Amino acid sequence: MTDTVRDVAPTPFEGPPPERPKIQIVPLKGLPISAAAVVLVTVSIATNWQWALMFCHVAGGGLWTGIDLFVGLVIGPILGRLSVQARAEFAAKFMPKMVIIMPTVVMMTLATGFQIARKLGNLYATSPNHPWLIASFCVVGIMAVIALGILEPANIAVLFEMNKPVPNGELIGRLMKRFIYTAGITGLMQVATLIIMTRVATQ
Amino acid sequence: MSVNQSPDVHAGTVRTYPPIGWLSTGALALVIIGGILMASYAPRKAPLGIEAAFLVVGALLLACAGVLLAGLKDFSRKTFITVFKWAIFADLITAAMIEFAFVRDQTRGASLLIVTCMLVVFTLSVPTTIAFTVARYAQD
Repeated sequence: MTDTVRDVAPTPFEGPPPERPKIQIVPLKGLPISAAAVVLVTVSIATNWQWALMFCHVAGGGLWTGIDLFVGLVIGPILGRLSVQARAEFAAKFMPKMVIIMPTVVMMTLATGFQIARKLGNLYATSPNHPWLIASFCVVGIMAVIALGILEPANIAVLFEMNKPVPNGELIGRLMKRFIYTAGITGLMQVATLIIMTRVATQ
Repeated sequence: MSVNQSPDVHAGTVRTYPPIGWLSTGALALVIIGGILMASYAPRKAPLGIEAAFLVVGALLLACAGVLLAGLKDFSRKTFITVFKWAIFADLITAAMIEFAFVRDQTRGASLLIVTCMLVVFTLSVPTTIAFTVARYAQD
């Protein structure tokens, strides 16, 4: 099995390419917020600080689920109907923010969620919530493989492509399609997460 | 911003790469499955045979990706390294957080060793996939 890349030559044009501002792929201004979240999660786990654990899990999980649902089921289909040019414009502003936001909210949710489950005894095989938690692990596992193995690499490849003097529209279109489909799948999987988490909270 | 919109007008060439992205993503999937199996036993001690098998196969897939990557010609190594450095920085933080949680939860001995090795595979596989995906379209 091999991967084939169609290396499309840029459109011939006259004169130098127009000057465009470079896209900052990792928005450095967002890193302190991300670092603060890491510190809060670390402290809450180290000290078993119940409020902070719950805050990080609920805030992170709410954002993660909401963003995935909105991007996958609302933004994604809209993007799919836009021109490649418009998609590229949108991606240039949107994707760098996602590079910071998503890993942060996912880390907040998962790290604290496991601790909460352990503290509440939901991890014990005798707990009625145990099968639901295993189902949740599986949903998160599938989302992690899709997000880290397909979606995030495509996002970053789009940003790098757009930083070239003459971006390749066909390539951006193809990578954006990958983003749209995978965001749709993770959005649908978040519906499963909502069902599982509300079951866990009410049993 | 201007981008090319009509692929038909381009005289294209075709570059063929080995499935490095798929191999490293496969390694990631295997260690995630192993991690789910271990987590599903917590706080009890998990039987480690199946998890170890997933880990070994995952590490082999990642090693294959590394070997194939080393042998690539006509590939932007500069871009690969730039992206890899940033991605591994982010993944190291995530891996450290997971390791910390397991240590805090009194995971010890062989279980901790397997978790640590899984996290090593995780920390290397995600940046490999991201950096390869970016670098395959780049030119030095």
